[in-house]
Amino acid sequence: MSDNKTLTFSIMDGPFEQARTVTVMRLLNVAARRGYNINIFAYEGAVSLPFARQSKHPNAVHGRDIEEEDHPLPKDWIASLIKSTAANGGQLDWINCGLCVDERGMQESIEGVRRGTPGDLWKWACESDNTLIIGTR
Amino acid sequence: MANYLLIESRDPYATHEVRHDFHLACNLAKAGNKTTLFLVQNGVIPTRKNAISSGLLHALDNGVEILCDEFSLRERGIPVDTIMPGINIAPIDTIIDHMVDGSKVLWL
Repeated sequence: MSDNKTLTFSIMDGPFEQARTVTVMRLLNVAARRGYNINIFAYEGAVSLPFARQSKHPNAVHGRDIEEEDHPLPKDWIASLIKSTAANGGQLDWINCGLCVDERGMQESIEGVRRGTPGDLWKWACESDNTLIIGTR
Repeated sequence: MANYLLIESRDPYATHEVRHDFHLACNLAKAGNKTTLFLVQNGVIPTRKNAISSGLLHALDNGVEILCDEFSLRERGIPVDTIMPGINIAPIDTIIDHMVDGSKVLWL
C-alpha cells in the first residue's frame, strides 16, 4: 500500500555506459516496491534510457545467439518499474527533456514516458517529499 | 541542524575529488549536522581493513556515519568481514529511507 510519499529523481547518464544507471534503477525499484509516487526527470543522455527501438543482440565473441545472450535493456527495466509501481499503489511519471530528445532524435519512447522541460523538474521538486539529483561525473 | 546523506560512488584512488567529498562530510559533521556517508559502486573500494584512506578515517574520527552498499561489495568480491571497523554494511534502501525522512540527500 502506498503511504502517498512522492520522491523525485533527476538523471543524466545515458544507457549502457555507467554503473550509476544500475544504481538508479535499484533505488527506483525500492521506491516502486513501497508504492511511493515516483517522478523522474531525464535529461541529456538519460533521455535514451526509455528509447523504444533498443533491441537485444547476439554475442559473436562468446558464440551466443540473441536468446542465450539475453542482453538487458533499460527500456524494459523502465516498463517493469512503471508496472510494479502501479501494482503497489503508486504512480511513476517519467518526463524526458524535450530539447535533449530533439537533439538526439529520441522521439520514440516506450508507453508511459512523456516530454517536458526543466520547469517540470522545478515544479516536482517543490511538490515532492524529497528530490535527488544524479548528475554525470 | 540538519540530517545529511552524502552518496559517494567514486574510488578515491581514481580521482582526487573524492578527498574533497570526505572533507565536506567532515565539515558538515563538525558543524553539528548528523552526517552519513553512503558508499556505493567503486566508492566501497577504500573500506577494506588493509586499504590506506586517510580521508575516510578522518571522516570516521569526526563523527561521520559511514555505510557501505552490500551489493557493491559483493559485485567486487570484497567480503564483509574484511571491512574496517566502524563502517557498517547497508542495503540501497537506506537512501530511500533518508529521502522519506526528509534528510538532505546529495549524490556527490
